[in-house]
Amino acid sequence: MAIAEPRPVTYSGRPREGLGELLARQGTAFWVVVALLLVMPAILNPFWLVQILAYSLILGMVALSLMFLGGYGGIVSLVQMTVAAFAAYLVAIFGDSAIAQISLKWPWWTAVPVAIVLATLFGTLSGALSVRTEGIYTIMITLAIASAFYYLCLQNYTIFNGFSGFNGVVPPVFLGVDWGETIPFYYLTLVCAALAYWAVVYCSRAPFGLALQGTRDNPRRMAALGFDVVAHRIAAYTFASVIAAFAGVLLVWYQRQVSPGTAGIGPVVDILIIAVVGGLSRPIGPFVGALVYVLLRTFSLDLLTAAGLDGKRYQLVVGAGFLAVVLFSPDGLIGIWRRLRERHRRRSEERAGQMRIGGGQL
Amino acid sequence: MGEFIARRPIWSLIILIALGFFLLLVFTVWTPGMEAMFGRKRVFLSALFNGITLGALYFLVASGFTLIFGLMRNVNLAHGSLYLFGGYVGYSIGSLTGSWLIALIAAFVIVGLAGILMQVLLFRWMEGQDLRQTLVTIGLSIIAADLLLWSYGGDTFQVETPAWLSGPIQLPFVVSLRSNGEAIMMTYPLVRIAILIGAIILGIAMWLALNRTRVGMLVRAGVDDRDMLSATGVRVQLVFVMVFAFGAGLAGLAGVVGGTFQSLQPGEDTKILLSSLVVVIVGGMGSIPGAAMGALIVGLAEQFGSVYMPTYAVMLTFVIMVAVLAVRPQGLAVARR
Repeated sequence: MAIAEPRPVTYSGRPREGLGELLARQGTAFWVVVALLLVMPAILNPFWLVQILAYSLILGMVALSLMFLGGYGGIVSLVQMTVAAFAAYLVAIFGDSAIAQISLKWPWWTAVPVAIVLATLFGTLSGALSVRTEGIYTIMITLAIASAFYYLCLQNYTIFNGFSGFNGVVPPVFLGVDWGETIPFYYLTLVCAALAYWAVVYCSRAPFGLALQGTRDNPRRMAALGFDVVAHRIAAYTFASVIAAFAGVLLVWYQRQVSPGTAGIGPVVDILIIAVVGGLSRPIGPFVGALVYVLLRTFSLDLLTAAGLDGKRYQLVVGAGFLAVVLFSPDGLIGIWRRLRERHRRRSEERAGQMRIGGGQL
Repeated sequence: MGEFIARRPIWSLIILIALGFFLLLVFTVWTPGMEAMFGRKRVFLSALFNGITLGALYFLVASGFTLIFGLMRNVNLAHGSLYLFGGYVGYSIGSLTGSWLIALIAAFVIVGLAGILMQVLLFRWMEGQDLRQTLVTIGLSIIAADLLLWSYGGDTFQVETPAWLSGPIQLPFVVSLRSNGEAIMMTYPLVRIAILIGAIILGIAMWLALNRTRVGMLVRAGVDDRDMLSATGVRVQLVFVMVFAFGAGLAGLAGVVGGTFQSLQPGEDTKILLSSLVVVIVGGMGSIPGAAMGALIVGLAEQFGSVYMPTYAVMLTFVIMVAVLAVRPQGLAVARR
């Protein structure tokens, strides 16, 4: 057998699929979730819609950017929340806020794009700095960069307004809709999150995403094949930073303020927790993790008091839950779900097989 | 040394001149012109000594961190929690027994035991999975921070300085001259000098233990190639447990030291963790001399920064880190492989 047997390469684009096939390809669960998310405003009250769902979607987007880097690039970066917070700060600085002596009062359609571009640049630069070292070093270097940004915000009064930050940052009124209202804001975050989700799914199947996954699995082999590993990693940082920057803009509109606490060590680590608890293997994981995190954070006081414990021990619950997930299910809640479904399928197949045998004996 | 001079003559000259200028600053009496440029000499000298002693504290914490990383590839992000735990243990035992030394030893032993538990119960079962180990340490640090907050509350504690170490000491450096020509000598807290000397002795002892003993040889071999070491029949797990216990114990000991000349409060764990991260990134991961060098640089940068540019003191250390990463990503003291 020839070693290099020329295999006929037939490369044809994916045949155009009909609407029915498109619907079927995603599976029923996907469409049920989409439908549920779309009709949520009819079901839930404003508190649930904004404080729980919209906030989960925003945090989920930041965690999604980490999932993209971690899951496809094998880079665990702690700088994603910092990129988001930087974008949030820039929106407050260039746009309008209650701190009149610093804010430049640009209209939102210039402030937001500039904020996103600059935040992406920042994310790319910190990526370029941290890809110089490998593997587990990244987590330390990005943690150090994140805390440097935190201290900068805390101590700089001329640009970042120090400890108090900026308040009174309101979402714009555009096309006659006040995007700060409950239902428009929910749909705004939903659309952004859906776009980010789609972008990550698309990118993971595009040549760039496949090459990135190659650099994750074996950087040396990819380099031997002629791929520039460092450039792919930096580009991955750029892509992830765009998502994080969008999330940051939404975050400042959601909170109506931004302060050093937004970029503190706690939130930075929380994003990692969200992504890991949800699962780093699939893009849906971060959103699941974010929902669990927000629910836990909102209701932990009631839950802990109901269980007869001190309501202040919320961090303990989060830490223990995170530890349990890391120890027992390294691929997060998504992994648990997949394993359960697999077991269920195997069992039903087994049962079907037994029935067939039973039927044969008759 | 000679090789370095031969290879980089210009750099050596610059370093020598800088060193000479620095010694001049330390030992001479400052003229009014110099005072106008650098501020008062007392401020300069105390920033220098504070920086060096702070560096000694960072060295105690970071050497354990870097040892654990070098041998086990485990980025122990719970190291700051071990420091704070050690500090609180030292405080409790110190106020119970009234002895500072007992507190120091007890903190070393108890936190070392905690380190053994961590290694045996958790990290042993996920060897080689770097990321998972790091995530576990993050979880542990969150839990530990909350447990410590639960039992000690949010108050600030300080470990009491023992009587034989309290009070100032006169150092042979002239701060300024009185009008009658009499020299005013510098006074400095004795406890800080004692800690500095202790850290130097410990550093030398660690260097000797690593380079001159059999166990040290095993540890160095493990840093270079863990699999090969275990293939030669060494009980490598035992070495791991010992190193983890020693590194954790050092963090606990540093907690008592830090609690003596700084203070203990929630949040101190992240602060010290970040400092030791920067220290080992600057110095180079897994290297004890690198930890010493990095600790000195970071300590001095923090103190001089807070004296001469108070607004951006914290930023200065990170700027140094970024500069080192850009020029020598493997750290200052690690040879390129």
